Amino acid sequence: MEITLNHYLAVSGLLFTLGLMGVILRRDLLVIYMSLEMMLNAANLTLVAFSRFNQHLDGQIMVFFTITVAAAEVAVGLALIVALYRVRQTTKVGDLTTLKF
Amino acid sequence: MEALFFWVFAIGMLLAGASVILNRNPVASALSLVVTMCFMAALFALLNAFFLAAIQILVYAGAVMVLFLFIIMLLDVKAEAKTRMRWISLVLGLVLAIFFSYELSLVLRDGVPMGAVPLAKLPPPPSDIATIGRLLFTKYLLPFEVVGVLLLVATIGVVLLSKRDNKPEAK
Amino acid sequence: MASGWLLFAPLISALACLVWLRRKHDLAMFLSVGTCAISFAIAVALFVGAIPVPQPWNWISITGGVANLTVPIGWYVDNTTKMMLLVVTGVGLLVHIFSIGYMAHDEGRGRFFGELSLFMFSMLGIVVANNFVMMFIFWELVGVSSYLLIGFWFQKPAAAEAANKAFLCNRVGDFGFLMGILMYWSITGTVMFQLNAASASTLATQTSATLTTLGVLLFCGCVGKSAMVPLHVWLPDAMEGPTPVSALIHAATMVAAGVYMLVRIFPPVLSASVGAQEVIATVGGFTALFAALIATQQNDIKRILAYSTLSQLGYMVMAVGIAAPGAAMFHLTTHAFFKALLFLAAGSVIHALHEEQDIWNMGGLWKKIPITFATFALGTLALTGFPGFAGFFSKDEIILAAYEKFPCLYAIGLITAALTAFYMFRLVFVAFFGPARTEKAEHPHESPAVMTAPLVLLAILSVIGGWSILGIHSYIAGGHAAEGHQPGHSLTLGLSILAFAVGSLSAYFLYFNKKSDPIRISLFANKFYIDEIYLNGPVKFQQAIARILAWVDNWIVGGCLVRGTAFVSNLTGEALRLFQTGSLQAYAFLFSFGTILILYFTLLR
Repeated sequence: MEITLNHYLAVSGLLFTLGLMGVILRRDLLVIYMSLEMMLNAANLTLVAFSRFNQHLDGQIMVFFTITVAAAEVAVGLALIVALYRVRQTTKVGDLTTLKF
Repeated sequence: MEALFFWVFAIGMLLAGASVILNRNPVASALSLVVTMCFMAALFALLNAFFLAAIQILVYAGAVMVLFLFIIMLLDVKAEAKTRMRWISLVLGLVLAIFFSYELSLVLRDGVPMGAVPLAKLPPPPSDIATIGRLLFTKYLLPFEVVGVLLLVATIGVVLLSKRDNKPEAK
Repeated sequence: MASGWLLFAPLISALACLVWLRRKHDLAMFLSVGTCAISFAIAVALFVGAIPVPQPWNWISITGGVANLTVPIGWYVDNTTKMMLLVVTGVGLLVHIFSIGYMAHDEGRGRFFGELSLFMFSMLGIVVANNFVMMFIFWELVGVSSYLLIGFWFQKPAAAEAANKAFLCNRVGDFGFLMGILMYWSITGTVMFQLNAASASTLATQTSATLTTLGVLLFCGCVGKSAMVPLHVWLPDAMEGPTPVSALIHAATMVAAGVYMLVRIFPPVLSASVGAQEVIATVGGFTALFAALIATQQNDIKRILAYSTLSQLGYMVMAVGIAAPGAAMFHLTTHAFFKALLFLAAGSVIHALHEEQDIWNMGGLWKKIPITFATFALGTLALTGFPGFAGFFSKDEIILAAYEKFPCLYAIGLITAALTAFYMFRLVFVAFFGPARTEKAEHPHESPAVMTAPLVLLAILSVIGGWSILGIHSYIAGGHAAEGHQPGHSLTLGLSILAFAVGSLSAYFLYFNKKSDPIRISLFANKFYIDEIYLNGPVKFQQAIARILAWVDNWIVGGCLVRGTAFVSNLTGEALRLFQTGSLQAYAFLFSFGTILILYFTLLR
């Protein structure tokens, strides 16, 4: 069986779905964060696949930027989680419901 | 041969991904994520994106995941209790997943441009690291520098955020 | 530019007094009297031609479009204007001086003099205005100052209500006046009194119905300001104000502004329309008779004079209506002298008796306050048309003018003259003769010189004001004064002397030495029940409409539209609040669900 672009897209979509499920189902902020990273990676895979099948390097450049931004995001996000933990002594989203009226 | 590699890497990646969200222990989740990243890098390599494959391993599996593990240890995050999975979020999450997968299948069935071209029939890729480097410093120079500033801002932000507010003792 | 101080001096005084000098009574007093004297001096200088009239300048100039509007601030000065300026500033100065004595013990006299100056400014603005817009602005300003001065003792409910009443009645008239001004502008394309040839011919070619409507609308302003029937009700109530105010504003000058305005617009507008003249003459004649009838049964000294003012204003308006504006201005001038005198003298009486106004609580005053009595008597003779006094000449002039045109008005004029003599002598006999009826009337005190001096000056003017040596009449009428050769002149002369004799003698027989009123005519005593009719008619009607509108406002506008929208927003907010669970994952779910839906609808349908 020949591997086509559709295969890559399907794999990427499934990984994305897994990440989404993780975001919605898990209760720990850290794990939710990991799921987010997974979703980002799924998008990266799509970009690289398109780049390959279109004979074009722009997609790879995009992925390069995505990875950079994701790294910065993880750093800031984790710092936020640490700061939050200092105040609330928890990383469970169920306990963090102050943002309501 | 490539097809075999693809199936191994893809299935392995999805299984590791499922393990990320199914493990109750955050450390296990993090380690599963490392595996996912590695498989992802392998898929990049299959697509001739060797530079990105290296970056993926270095940045994600190396730096980011170590950071995650470090924070998990630092905060001493416990495994989630078994009884606390609420059925309503499970149902909603599943509905969402099924609906999204359904849409995905519809899109693929309708076809994307070049979607059915086999990988083996493609001409050899233009990719090498020198080309990417040249692109980065010519066509994408401005975004590249903006990303540099972003990293700087993130660094300063992280320092500020993690600094303990100990003003009263400072004086 | 020197002539500009005619207006600026009182304006500066008004601003200074009302803003800074409300508590510095003496300073305000000197400033006000001083600036009034400056105005009088400038009026005299203008009269003898010593200083020029200021140049006009364009205030509003809108051109282009369908209509042009140019409103200059400029002066229109002719003989009528000069005479009116002299009257306003002269009487005004005397009233100012009188007020020094009359208001000596009032706590608010700083405010009083400031408002008096404001009135002088506004009134002089009306007199010199050369266009309708400028006149209307000052017209409203005199309305405001009249309102302020009537309600000067605002702590008295009657005074506050009278001020409101005067203001509202004037609003009704001014609405018509404004409509008239707009109509005049739309016809002629200008708001100036002096029309150029093109505008004048445009005006002349209008249909008589249009011209009559225009004339009557403009006359509405006069009806409000000069208190003609049916808007006369405010003037008697305006007597709640201080007596010098009644003398200056509600007898001599402001109420005459309506007549002055009619004279000002007589050549372009009224002279072209017989219909408008008939309306004006009828209203004027009716008011004259109507007010005189009411005056015969009033007991308040100031109210008798107020109705007398109404009656005399009726004469003047009637004179304009029978195309004798010269006679109207002549009567306006003499009336300003003797009616200001009568009011000031009445003020002196009231002052002497410590705020007593009912004539039946007076009596026998002639010996005790001789100067006041003498001047009051001279004023009465002038008003009632005793031969040789000012009112004799001017009133005869009007009656004579009616002789040819409207025999009916001629008769009304004579009857009113007799009634005038009757009620004025009734007032004199009851208040000044006979026994003193109350304790207060036993011990009056004569007013100080600062009050009696203006009385004496005005008395002299009242006596000689009509003499042809002074030439007031011929000056106003521009040399065309009627001499003694008109048809019916001797007949009129005889009849008016007869009317005076009948009126005064019947008053003598009925009222001399009486303790109480021998005749009671409740219709007259209650002013023909006009106030009651208004209260039960228009006022009730308006209150009903107001109630309906209040209901609409409260329930439909306020209830449905205002509170309704607020309620709906509130309810929506309460409902949407339930979505704000604060749960991060609920937000994540909703967000991704929405995204997926959007994808579905954009990509796949």
